[in-house]
Amino acid sequence: MTSLILRTSGRVILPLALLFSVYVLLRGHNAPGGGFIGGLIAAAGLAVYALPRGRSALVALMRVWPKALIGAGLALGLLSGLPALFLDSPYLTHQWTFPGGLAVGTALVFDVGVYLTVVGAVLTFLSAYLEE
Amino acid sequence: MDILALVAASFLLAPLAAWLGGRSSPFVAAIPALLFAGFWTFLPEIRAGATPTEVHPWIPSLGIAASFRVDGLSLLFALLITGIGTLVFLYASAYLKGRERLPRFYAALTLFMGAMIGAVLADDLILLVVFWELTSLTSFLLIGTTPESAEARRSAQQGLLVTVAGGLALLAAVILMGAGLGTYSISEILARGGAVAALPAAPAIIALLAIGAFAKSAQAPLHSWLPNAMVAPTPVSAFLHSATMVKLGVYLLARFNPAFEGDGLWTLLLTGVGGVTMIAGAALAVRETDLKRVLAYSTVVSLGTLVLMIGVPGEMSALAVAAFLFGHALYKACLFLVAGIVDHETGTRDSAMLGGLRRAMPVTAFAAVLGGLSMAGLPPLFGFVGKELIYGAGFANASWLVLGVALIANVAMVVVAGIVAVRCFMGPRVLTPTVPHDPGFRMLAGPIVLALLGLLFGVAPWIAGDGLLTFAAEAISGRRSDAPLELWHGFTPALGLSVLTLILGAFAYLRWDGLRAALSHFRQLDTWGPDRGYDRLLAGVQRVAVWQTTAIQTGSLRVYVGRVLAVVALSGAPALYLLGGFAFPVPDAAWLRPDVALALALIVAALAVAGARGFVAGIVSAGMVGFAVALLFLLNGAPDLAFTQFSVEAIAIVILLAIVGRLPFRGRDARTTRERLRDGTIAVGLGVSATLVLLAVLAMPFDARLSEYFRAASVPEAHGRNLVNVILVDFRALDTLGEISVLGLAAVAAAAVIAGVRRRMPETGS
Repeated sequence: MTSLILRTSGRVILPLALLFSVYVLLRGHNAPGGGFIGGLIAAAGLAVYALPRGRSALVALMRVWPKALIGAGLALGLLSGLPALFLDSPYLTHQWTFPGGLAVGTALVFDVGVYLTVVGAVLTFLSAYLEE
Repeated sequence: MDILALVAASFLLAPLAAWLGGRSSPFVAAIPALLFAGFWTFLPEIRAGATPTEVHPWIPSLGIAASFRVDGLSLLFALLITGIGTLVFLYASAYLKGRERLPRFYAALTLFMGAMIGAVLADDLILLVVFWELTSLTSFLLIGTTPESAEARRSAQQGLLVTVAGGLALLAAVILMGAGLGTYSISEILARGGAVAALPAAPAIIALLAIGAFAKSAQAPLHSWLPNAMVAPTPVSAFLHSATMVKLGVYLLARFNPAFEGDGLWTLLLTGVGGVTMIAGAALAVRETDLKRVLAYSTVVSLGTLVLMIGVPGEMSALAVAAFLFGHALYKACLFLVAGIVDHETGTRDSAMLGGLRRAMPVTAFAAVLGGLSMAGLPPLFGFVGKELIYGAGFANASWLVLGVALIANVAMVVVAGIVAVRCFMGPRVLTPTVPHDPGFRMLAGPIVLALLGLLFGVAPWIAGDGLLTFAAEAISGRRSDAPLELWHGFTPALGLSVLTLILGAFAYLRWDGLRAALSHFRQLDTWGPDRGYDRLLAGVQRVAVWQTTAIQTGSLRVYVGRVLAVVALSGAPALYLLGGFAFPVPDAAWLRPDVALALALIVAALAVAGARGFVAGIVSAGMVGFAVALLFLLNGAPDLAFTQFSVEAIAIVILLAIVGRLPFRGRDARTTRERLRDGTIAVGLGVSATLVLLAVLAMPFDARLSEYFRAASVPEAHGRNLVNVILVDFRALDTLGEISVLGLAAVAAAAVIAGVRRRMPETGS
């Protein structure tokens, strides 16, 4: 897995994949996309980067262990449902505001949670097979 | 007082007990003392004939409430638990000083007390079961106080398995009662009189209730966990395994006695098992020399006596149960604490190595003798009152069987009292491992107070009787009894039997060495007794587990996947056929679209997977299948699904390539032709099954209500136009939360497993 082609293309693909994944995540509510797909795209980009470079390079790039992303994602998902409880709605009833006509709500927090969980899960699984 | 507050307090004070107990502070005893004072305030109400009841909603949809009720029986238990608890906590603060893990010990002890209080006050069957199981769990922790010892671990596990198995029987009885009568309220069930006994399931209810109670109260042949539990520290033995927890089974039987009294099966089970337990316990008690085990077997005898007397109908036997239970709690806890002092001061609790301690420890000897006299049933101690009532109830029912068994049991009690109270303290001084003297106030308070109470209530039994015991007896028999509790009944047949008991007991005690030698010849008890039976049972369970694990868990991922898919194939289409669900949509011209070409490409790719001879070829072919499916989604108006499918395929290929790079998968497929045929059959079966199910789905009219709802509600309610994503993050967000939790956990677990495998099989790849 130390091929020069993979190494070089990984460096090119990674920023594109990350940028595209965020775009897909954000447009998801109105057009095809969302946290799950976005997470998969980001994970694919990171995987291609990490395959020839090994686990420590991946952790050095991300600054955290992939496992931490799972926890962070789940925590965001859980927390996004809490505001509803303070407003006497059932848990996970999403709340919205409209600054300048743009709908922004806890649903986005939830979707970011899905995104992070998916990235974390794929990379946690993958990192078991990466070189030290 | 608020009952719920008292129950809750006993749980919430556990951290405080852990902190105080961890420092071996005597003030830890203030916790049970406070609860005792709280329960004491209920006495006037109970004596006025009231039964304070509280109902707090818990699970209203199932008719389950957190309801509590105080009557004579439950208050007697609550006062015994907290009263003896106070003395035991004080005792333990000195006895266990300097031991390890004290905070954990006191936390468990306090939680146990709370569970016990909850169990006797619960007026809801489900609540009773919850507290009942909690006492088993805390008992497990307390028996296993020293987990380094294999004996302690075995005993803790045995106690847990036996009492929890009994708890399951109790749960089954509770569900049968609740389903049969439509209520879980204990007071309501009892208020309906014989309605429970008239249910068609009544025999099963009686048997299951009895099994639960017998396991908890150490009735033969489920008794052997109790003497083994003596590996626990002595305060635990005195508190749980003589005065309180083991009486919970007795409490259960007493509680439901009004509903089943006179029922043939009830009477037969209780008197039969109780009687056998008394005889077996008596024989086993006399065989032992370890003070704690002698006392434990005598507890088995007493518990058998209580079960037997509950089975004997009538107000008099109910009063005998209440009086004997109370008296036993006083003298047995006293004697256990004395045995603990002897062990603590001399370094041994083998009665064969003890003697003449009265000079060295006069105060302990005084408590021991008073406790022993009460146990032997001598006037003017309270033990005499209880024993007279038992004999009296036997004569009143003219039951020679009850009288005969009770005589044997009480003779054994005299012998045990002799072993513990006379043999250790009287006679010539025997040298002991350490030089004994009386311990300090904290350890002496318990035995002395309990011994003096036994004397006080013996001289003036009406204090206990009018105070509480007649009200407890009323709850046991369901009827008010006017018989007063008295020390002197005149020259009755019961008195004659008491004299006979003492003569036989004294004779047996003097011949104890010979008796013990004779009984120890019964080696069969050790090889075929219930204790070995328990070991055999556990070993059998493990053999079955090993056998079925090797049969099912082959370790081959291919076999697992094959089995799962085979089950799906064999259950899908056949189930549809059996339920008459086969249906085929009518083909029409609309089916002939360009997609058909894609479907054909999909089939070709699938055949390529099946025919691939190497892993890389297989992976690439499987990827083709995935992309073809994604294209199908795209052409049929599901762009989101297609998008997801594309991403998953891409990720799957990356991961699979990583795996192939690491592991020795580069060789050719090593399956034999037979294995390939087998796998092919499963694959084709699954495909056929799935096709048939999908065709049946297509033939059904499409129900558009849900999609119409989502289409209409998506923008106004969730501010999104992408239905799939809106459903995922908003309408069905809780489902998604569950799914990502599973995804995350699966990844963590898989990574842990793979890391473990790689550590065992280092570097095989490049």
